[in-house]
Amino acid sequence: MGGKKRALPDNRGRFGDYGGRYVPETVMYALDELTRCYRDIKHDATFKAEFKELLSSYVGRPTPLYFAQRLTAHLNGPRIYFKREDLTHTGAHKINNTVGQILLARHMGKKRIIAETGAGQHGLATATVCARFGLECVIYMGAVDIERQAPNVDKMQLLGARVVPVESGSKTLKDATSEALRDWVTNVRSTFYIIGSVVGPHPYPMIVRDFQTVIGRETKRQCRRIMRRLPHAVIACIGGGSNAIGIWEPFLKERKVKLIGVEAAGYGLSSGRHAATLKRGRPGVLHGSYSYLIFDSDGQIVLPHSVSAGLDYPGVGPQHSHLKDSGRVVYEAVTDKEAIAAFKLTSRLEGIIPALESSHAIAWLVKNAGGFKKNHQVVICLSGRGDKDMGILADWGRIAP
Amino acid sequence: MSRIADVVMKPRAGKLLVPFFTAGFPDMRTTVALVKAAAEAGADMVELGMPFSDPLADGPEIQHSSKAALDNGTNLRRVLKAVEQLQREVELPLILMGYYNPLLTYGETKFLKRAASAGVDGFIIPDLPVEEAAGFKTLVESNGMSAVFLAAPTSSPERVRLIDKFSTDFVYAVTVTGVTGVGRTFGTDTDRYMRRLKQELTKPFVAGFGVSSAESARRLARYADGVVIGSALVKIIRGAANRRSCLKQVTRFLAKVRRAL
Repeated sequence: MGGKKRALPDNRGRFGDYGGRYVPETVMYALDELTRCYRDIKHDATFKAEFKELLSSYVGRPTPLYFAQRLTAHLNGPRIYFKREDLTHTGAHKINNTVGQILLARHMGKKRIIAETGAGQHGLATATVCARFGLECVIYMGAVDIERQAPNVDKMQLLGARVVPVESGSKTLKDATSEALRDWVTNVRSTFYIIGSVVGPHPYPMIVRDFQTVIGRETKRQCRRIMRRLPHAVIACIGGGSNAIGIWEPFLKERKVKLIGVEAAGYGLSSGRHAATLKRGRPGVLHGSYSYLIFDSDGQIVLPHSVSAGLDYPGVGPQHSHLKDSGRVVYEAVTDKEAIAAFKLTSRLEGIIPALESSHAIAWLVKNAGGFKKNHQVVICLSGRGDKDMGILADWGRIAP
Repeated sequence: MSRIADVVMKPRAGKLLVPFFTAGFPDMRTTVALVKAAAEAGADMVELGMPFSDPLADGPEIQHSSKAALDNGTNLRRVLKAVEQLQREVELPLILMGYYNPLLTYGETKFLKRAASAGVDGFIIPDLPVEEAAGFKTLVESNGMSAVFLAAPTSSPERVRLIDKFSTDFVYAVTVTGVTGVGRTFGTDTDRYMRRLKQELTKPFVAGFGVSSAESARRLARYADGVVIGSALVKIIRGAANRRSCLKQVTRFLAKVRRAL
């Protein structure tokens, strides 16, 4: 073949073997409609200007690239930089995507918005843009997550969203996603489904990636300015994988930049109680796409586990499955315990309380700092802030070290 | 001609009556007895649900029955065993309905081959739209079985044509935008959609989702070639005090619908 590599996904929504559209017939027309609408609007100057303006004046972009001096000194390894997505409005990278999708929804004339949420960060980001644009908002959230991320539930309600507790299955993100899909199948004509990660049927993995790529574009520019070069590695946590895809996308073609994705090993990879989809799963079909997935020998989805609600999901975005098989990204995993330790360490050394999700990425570097040279520069995507996790931390015993 | 083609082309009496049971709910022995009872009550085909942990096209009744079936150890191997037994004991065609991941896990080729030799007549996979189903359709048909695809009120005329072409013997029309469940009322919207399908499809079609009474079955059968009844039966089964009363109530309900068709 030769020549320029074709852009992914292909026109069937595939990243290599992964992706596609495994959904009930009822919503197929809506996916076609969304694909067409996105294709039309994507390069539209008015849309681009509006998106950019909202990212700047409402979300607070660009977010800084921050040199974590004391963590660097403490680990005695590479120079560590945080991409500060925790400083965005609502406190996580999720808002980049919801701003983009709400503009799409408005363009398509949809009056009702639904979303699933795990940690509550995507639910919060969705409720926020719905308030901003005056649209009805329904958030599906597992009953377990409602309990462990209570502050976000209050915020969503304050913003005018209806938070529907999901009592089926594991009562976490997986079941919230199934319930949101059921709502969409039922109300598809009036409703826009804002999916929160690079998962689901085509075109969602592509759309969410495109809206999150602002993280990577800024990071690359900031690296050139601050480091005068590209970083040695870019590390991000992986649940569905949207912050990772977002920060990596502009680096994928820079073969010298190592990309490391960190999954949740929960109680340990061999415990059977984890959410390390890429490390321990196999390709399968759930929630609309073919991708790595955690299931048993009968094909039934296994309940995942992670202390972090945002990573507690048995699937992963199809582009990650492709990046794993192609070898472009190395996927690792850290345990609940290691993530909690990194959470505390970062709080005390940097005065930054990172989300438990992002703490997984930090924890991997804490364990592997020795593998880098001191003049290496490493960027960690600090995807969100950890205030929401204070309740979980209390469950883990002493807050002070 | 396959058994399904046989039944679809010339139903025994009036329109087709297609009951759905979740295989293994409340247990596989009862499922087998229910299929036999349905045959006696005048069913033309039976749909057996292969339970899945995350049935995203299903409402609460079938979600619950699927979970109960999985909890008592139901899996594809046991479903095929039940089909083998039923094959010897009843005449009517058996269609398996279920989600894609368990099939993929078993091995699509291996499973479809075994299903055919166990006596399965056809397949409905709600999370496998025609775009993703080319390989599946070929495998199903090359094993002498029937691939059934779903049409929805939101399917464009182009999609309906594609669904018509992909379906081996008949199409499954989802009556309303929504998941499976009981107690829907069908209005003029449904009539309009059913009439449209009758025009656009070249193959026969059965209507399902939300059919919970003889009256609603009769209304749909004005246009459709038959009706599927699922959640309403699952609800009766869930509410029954014991196996005998469960079989009795299901038989009585199906006989009533049969008369209405």
